[in-house]
Amino acid sequence: MTYDSLRHFADSWGLLILFVIFLLIVVFVFRPGSTKLYRRMSRLPLEDDKKEKD
Amino acid sequence: MTESAQMTRIGLMGLICLILVTFAALAHDSGFAIQMWIAAIAAAVYIVYLARRFPQGSQTDDSTYLDSVVKAGMIATVFWGLAGFLVGVVIALQLAFPVLNFDLPWTNFGRLRPLHTSAVIFAFGGNALIATSFYVVQRTCRARLAFGNLAWFVFWGYQLFIVLAATGYLLGITQAREYAEPEWYVDLWITVVWVAYLLVFLGTLWKRKEPHIYVANWFYLSFIVTIAMLHVVNNLAVPVSFLSVKSYSLFSGVQDALTQWWYGHNAVGFFLTAGFLGMMYYFVPKRADRPVYSYRLSIVHFWSLIFLYIWAGPHHLHYTALPDWAQTLGMIFSIMLWMPSWGGMINGLMTLSGAWDKLRTDPVLRMMVISVAFYGMSTFEGPMMSIKAVNSLSHYTDWTIGHVHSGALGWVGMISMGCVYHLVPRLWGRKELYSLRLVNWHFWLATLGIVVYAASMWVAGIMQGLMWREYDDQGFLVYSFAETVAAMHPYYVIRALGGVLYLTGGLIMAYNLIRTVRGDTRQEVPMGAFAAA
Amino acid sequence: MFRHDIIERNATLLLVLSFLVVTVGGIVEIVPLFYLKNTIEKVEGMRPYTPLELAGRDIYVREGCYVCHSQMIRPFRDEVERYGHFSLAAESMYDHPFQWGSKRTGPDLARVGNRYSDDWHREHLINPRSVVPESIMPGYPFLLRSEVDPKSIASHLVANARVGVPYTQEMIDNAAADMIAQAGGEGGDAFMARYPKAVARDFDGQPQRITEMDALIAYLQMLGTLVDFSAYKAEANLR
Repeated sequence: MTYDSLRHFADSWGLLILFVIFLLIVVFVFRPGSTKLYRRMSRLPLEDDKKEKD
Repeated sequence: MTESAQMTRIGLMGLICLILVTFAALAHDSGFAIQMWIAAIAAAVYIVYLARRFPQGSQTDDSTYLDSVVKAGMIATVFWGLAGFLVGVVIALQLAFPVLNFDLPWTNFGRLRPLHTSAVIFAFGGNALIATSFYVVQRTCRARLAFGNLAWFVFWGYQLFIVLAATGYLLGITQAREYAEPEWYVDLWITVVWVAYLLVFLGTLWKRKEPHIYVANWFYLSFIVTIAMLHVVNNLAVPVSFLSVKSYSLFSGVQDALTQWWYGHNAVGFFLTAGFLGMMYYFVPKRADRPVYSYRLSIVHFWSLIFLYIWAGPHHLHYTALPDWAQTLGMIFSIMLWMPSWGGMINGLMTLSGAWDKLRTDPVLRMMVISVAFYGMSTFEGPMMSIKAVNSLSHYTDWTIGHVHSGALGWVGMISMGCVYHLVPRLWGRKELYSLRLVNWHFWLATLGIVVYAASMWVAGIMQGLMWREYDDQGFLVYSFAETVAAMHPYYVIRALGGVLYLTGGLIMAYNLIRTVRGDTRQEVPMGAFAAA
Repeated sequence: MFRHDIIERNATLLLVLSFLVVTVGGIVEIVPLFYLKNTIEKVEGMRPYTPLELAGRDIYVREGCYVCHSQMIRPFRDEVERYGHFSLAAESMYDHPFQWGSKRTGPDLARVGNRYSDDWHREHLINPRSVVPESIMPGYPFLLRSEVDPKSIASHLVANARVGVPYTQEMIDNAAADMIAQAGGEGGDAFMARYPKAVARDFDGQPQRITEMDALIAYLQMLGTLVDFSAYKAEANLR
């Protein structure tokens, strides 16, 4: 393994893989059903002073 | 706890104490002896504490949150914060007036500067992070901290680490690795404490009653685990002897340099950023009483921030003997880092949309918001300074110092103190702070202090960088190095003034909090209401 | 059934995933430095520190000199003219830890060796403003008072050997004697053979004692003097 081969990989496949992973994360957070969950999650800090219901 | 278990614990602590005293007696150097004595005294104090409680032991009520340790964390945060700011002012004055070094080993700048950086980063910032993470994880999980009183071990173990590190610096015990100066035995101790911290945090997540993990905890968790990794790798060293303070790092030269700055930059990225973003994602929505602007964005923010940050270290080594490919990688990732950083800033600031009027009446919220604004400013300046052309001018100058302080005083300091103001009345069961007007004073003193500090260091740094490379018509360097040092003097004086303003704000905070804890309320015109003219 | 929100529900998985994510950058950047052969140039002249120089370096580390002084000259015209040839990776190959520094409150020291006399260094370390009126450096008069114990230095050579510095058994066995010889000004052939280009003389003006001042000045006077730049070919070492 030389510097040139590493560099070649980083500039092509490495870049592509990372970009695809980024897209997957974005797709993941926009998955169906996430809106309801995230809306509830984002309210979590606001409701934690209340006594536990269970 | 049963009586026999208590006896066992006291016996065990006695044994540890005895071993430490033996180490002190056999030590190869006086520094190691002093440090072992400090540890032995800490163990002895704990034995006395245990013995006085015998035979009842400590009672715990598992139905409530463990908030006493958070309270202790608040006190430690304020105490170490003031200590760190004070040492900062002292060393700023030493640079302006070198006579203040007193020509003694224990008071020279080279030993006090690590004391300052460690005090503000690890003692002030670290206590703020540990305390708020314990508070947040319990509330967002609706569960008491895991593993009984292990959280208390984390707290006191961490304070012992601070005392050992700080006294060590004054004695000249250092690895000479920036922000990782403590020697091998202190590194081993903090590793034990840190693993316990991870266990408490993770254990609480495991036993949570909420199905999902709130995003603030993601940031806290990644901060804890990444710091563990960085700490272990960067502190690999071989001690001269197991009874001496001195060790030699495992790596040398260029590899050592990159390992150190991989650590150093991510001490910024994960200790001073990810951890405090955890704070932001809980306390800003809480204080503004509005849900975070976009929970989706916070998740994208999380993954992209932690992935990108870890690459940015080489930008501390531009144009050095580090291979160019590594420098270029560091620069590219530093520039990309601007995006998730500003995503986080926007997420924090926009949380206030529809509630901007609260800034007028609530200086605590204002403090949190300006901290996010400073975060945005520093995370723009940082990527800019990582561009090699800019870095060729800024590196080695006071510009870097100014940049660090706009992040440390502005982002880390302001969000921490905002959270302390938010938490102290709640933890001590007071209806409100002693005085919001005093918080307002603190806010303006601190903000002015930061502006004075950063502005003087910008001017000083850029001037210094330009003077170093100034040529005359004949092609000679215009300035000797000593002349560039002399030119810094007025800016060093102004910088110290900025530090004094910030410290004054901190003292006002301490007074305000003490009165709050005592249950006092100051008679004053409410914030936002105008006094009759 | 696979749940899409499993990451958001499983703390252990979150821990493992975020750990994996943060390891990538470090592995890609740091690991190649250990086996890409062009990371450290081939140069002639590098040798381990003499026992006295090593003791001086430990004092340099102890007093936090790296806080204000860099040892890394960048390849710019002004820096090369001010400080000398830009620094090579090879020049810090025996530095555990590296002392490149990050701030120049004072000047770079990578090639300060042989630039000033021992007397100048001694006066400067005792009271910097006596020789450089603009200086804001602390004074270190206490270095002249505290003696260095030659007996303890061998264990430091051993520790350095363990982390890869090529100290031979002969060097370790003779460490105390070499330190005394160097500071006493009578190097001898055996010492010079072990440490080529080393300078043996009394550095602190107190011939009868070996002080921390001796050690620190010995270290400062050798900084940047080892590599033979007449034999160094930059083109052969393009990074």
